[in-house]
Amino acid sequence: MSTAALAARAPGIGFRASLKRNRRWALITSYIFLILFAIFFLIPPYYMVVTAIKSDAEVARMATNPWIIADGVTFDQFKILLTQTDFLIFFKNTAIVTVCVVAITMVVSVLGAFALGRMKFWGSSILATGIFLTYLVPDTLLFIPLFQIVKAVGLLNSYWGMVLVYPTLTVPFCTWIMIGYFQSIPKELDEAALIDGAGHLQMLTKIFIPVALPGIIAAMIFAFTVSWAAFVYPMAFLYSADQQVLTVGTVTSLIRADVYKWGMLMAGALVAAAPPLVIYAFLMDYYIAGLTAGATKG
Amino acid sequence: MAVVALRNVVKRYDDVEAVRSISLDIPDNEFVVLVGPSGCGKSTTLRMIAGLEEVTAGDIYIGGEVVNDLPPKDRDIAMVFQNYALYPHMSAFENMSFGLKLRKFPKEEIKKRVDHAARILDITELLDRKPKALSGGQRQRVAMGRAIVRNPKVFLFDEPLSNLDAKLRVQMRTEIKRVHQMVKTTTVYVTHDQVEAMTLADRVVVMNGGVIEQIATPQDLYHHPRTRFVAGFIGSPAMNLIRCRLEGNGTGLRVRISDRISLPLPEAQSARYHAMAGKELVFGLRPEHITEPRRNDRDPNCEFDTVLDVVEPMGMETMVYFTVDGQEVCGRVDPGSAKGPGETMRLHANLNHMHLIDPQTGLVL
Repeated sequence: MSTAALAARAPGIGFRASLKRNRRWALITSYIFLILFAIFFLIPPYYMVVTAIKSDAEVARMATNPWIIADGVTFDQFKILLTQTDFLIFFKNTAIVTVCVVAITMVVSVLGAFALGRMKFWGSSILATGIFLTYLVPDTLLFIPLFQIVKAVGLLNSYWGMVLVYPTLTVPFCTWIMIGYFQSIPKELDEAALIDGAGHLQMLTKIFIPVALPGIIAAMIFAFTVSWAAFVYPMAFLYSADQQVLTVGTVTSLIRADVYKWGMLMAGALVAAAPPLVIYAFLMDYYIAGLTAGATKG
Repeated sequence: MAVVALRNVVKRYDDVEAVRSISLDIPDNEFVVLVGPSGCGKSTTLRMIAGLEEVTAGDIYIGGEVVNDLPPKDRDIAMVFQNYALYPHMSAFENMSFGLKLRKFPKEEIKKRVDHAARILDITELLDRKPKALSGGQRQRVAMGRAIVRNPKVFLFDEPLSNLDAKLRVQMRTEIKRVHQMVKTTTVYVTHDQVEAMTLADRVVVMNGGVIEQIATPQDLYHHPRTRFVAGFIGSPAMNLIRCRLEGNGTGLRVRISDRISLPLPEAQSARYHAMAGKELVFGLRPEHITEPRRNDRDPNCEFDTVLDVVEPMGMETMVYFTVDGQEVCGRVDPGSAKGPGETMRLHANLNHMHLIDPQTGLVL
C-alpha cells in the first residue's frame, strides 16, 4: 500500500477512536448522574425502613444517630400497627375504593376514547380537548364544589363518596392516553374488521382492546396510583375512622396533637407503598410503552 | 360471484369532487383493474364499492341489488389492503377465520376453509404465526387468505403490492393472477402501477381527475388509446407525444415534427387523417416504433439523423433519448447498433403505429 493511501485512511481510524472515547465519556457522565439521582431518591425510603424497624425508645433517644440502628432490629412497630390500630380498616377501604375507581375509570375512558378517537362525529375533537382541559383543574380547587355534590347525594363521610369523586381525576387523563393510543392504530384495521362483519362493540372488544393493551395497562396503573395516593378528597370528605383511607387515616390516627408515633408512621407508609411498588415492578414496561405512545400520537 | 355495476356514481368531499359521475359494468368473474395517478379517484371508487365511503349520488349494484345503504358486512365483499391490515394480536389462522367466526360458521367448516385457502396460498406452515413473525409477502398472502376463506361475491384489492419490494411485487402479481384463476370471483383491483394493471386485468379502467378516461382490454388500451392521457399513461417508457403539423403533399400527407424532420404517412393513415391536413396536432408514437433502420420494413423516407442526448442500455434493448424541437423523444434500438451520447445516429420511425391527437380536446383522432 502506498504512503498516500495510508495517509488517507489515517483520519478514518482517528475519527472512529474519538467516537469511542466520546461514547465512553458520555457513559461515565450519565452513570455518575444516575448514581447521584438514585442516592437522592433512595434516601427517604431508607430512612423510612430504618425508622420502622427501630424501637420507640431508640427513636426517642436524641443521642443516637438516626441513620443507623443501634439497639437492634424489631418488628414491633408493624405488629402494633396491624393489631392495635385501624390500619387494616384503612387498607381495606383503600383497596375497595381503588378497585372500584380503576374499574369505573377503565370502562368510561376506554369507551369514551374509542368514540372520540375512532368514530368521527360532530364536535368530537373539541370534546376530546375539553376532556383534557378538565384534567388541568387541580383537586385543591375542586373539593369545595364537590363537597356540595357529595353531601347532596348523601355520601359524605363514606368511602363510596371517594368512588364517586376520584374518577374526576382519573377519567380525563386515562381517556386522553387512550385516545392517543387508539388513534395510533391504523385505520385499515377497523375497516378490515367492518368488512369481516364486526359491529362497533365487537371491533372494540376483539380488536381495539387487545391491540391497545399496553395503553390500557398504562391507564390502569395511572388510575390505581391516583386513587391509592389521593389525599385532598378523603381529607375533606371523610372524618370517621371506619370510613377513612390509608393516606389520611395513617396520618390522623398516628399523630396525636404533637405526639408523632414515628416508628409506626414509617411502618404504615411502607406497608401502604407496597401494592403500588409491586404493580410497578411487574408492569413498568407496559406503563412506559403506553405513556410514550400516547404522548407522541396524542 | 356477482355482477358489479356503477351508475353515475359521484363522491364529493365538501367542495372537492373526487369522483365525477362514473358508470362501469363488471361482469361475473371478471378481473377489473382501476388505474390512474394518485388523486384520480380510483381508491375512493373502490371504497365506495366496499361501503367504507358513502356515495354522494348515483347507485352501486352488487349482484343486481342496490347496495348504497348497506354496511360493508352485508355486501358480501372481501378486501385486501395496502398495509395488509392484519390483526396484530391474532395468529395467521385467527386472522383468516375472524370473519367466519363473527358470522358464526361451525368450527369444522372454518378449519376446512382456512386449510383450503392456506394450501392455495402455500402458507399452511405459517398458520400459527403472528403477523409480526411474517415477512411482507407472507403477510400479504395471509391478507389474501382472509379474503378467500369468506368466499365473497366480490374481491377488492387496494394497492396490495405497493408495500412490497420490486422482486416480491412481481412474484405476488403472478400469485394473484394464479389465485384468481383458481378462485373465480369478480375482482376489482386498484393500482397506480400500469404494469400491474396491464398484466393482471381482463379489462383496465383508466381514471384521471375523477372521471373514467377509457375502459378496455390491456391490448386494446395499449394499441388504441382513446385520449392523450391514456396514450401517455399506459406503456413504459411512455408514448412520445410531439407537437406537429399535418401537411398536405399531393395525395399523401406528411407529419412535420420540426423544421428539419417531416415524415410521410403510409397510405392507410393518409386516407384516415385526410380531413385534418394543415392542422396543428400532437403526434404520438411509442418508443418501440422508433428504431434503427431494419432490413424488412424499411422506408428510407421515414429515416432521419439525430444527435443522442442520453443512452440507457437495458440489456435486451437500448433506450435512446434525443430532442426534437425542444421536446424529449425516446427510441428503442438494438444494443448492437446504438451510438453513444453526443453522437449522431440514424433512426427509423414506423408510422403504421402512429396516433394523432387533437391538442384542444385531448382526444385521439
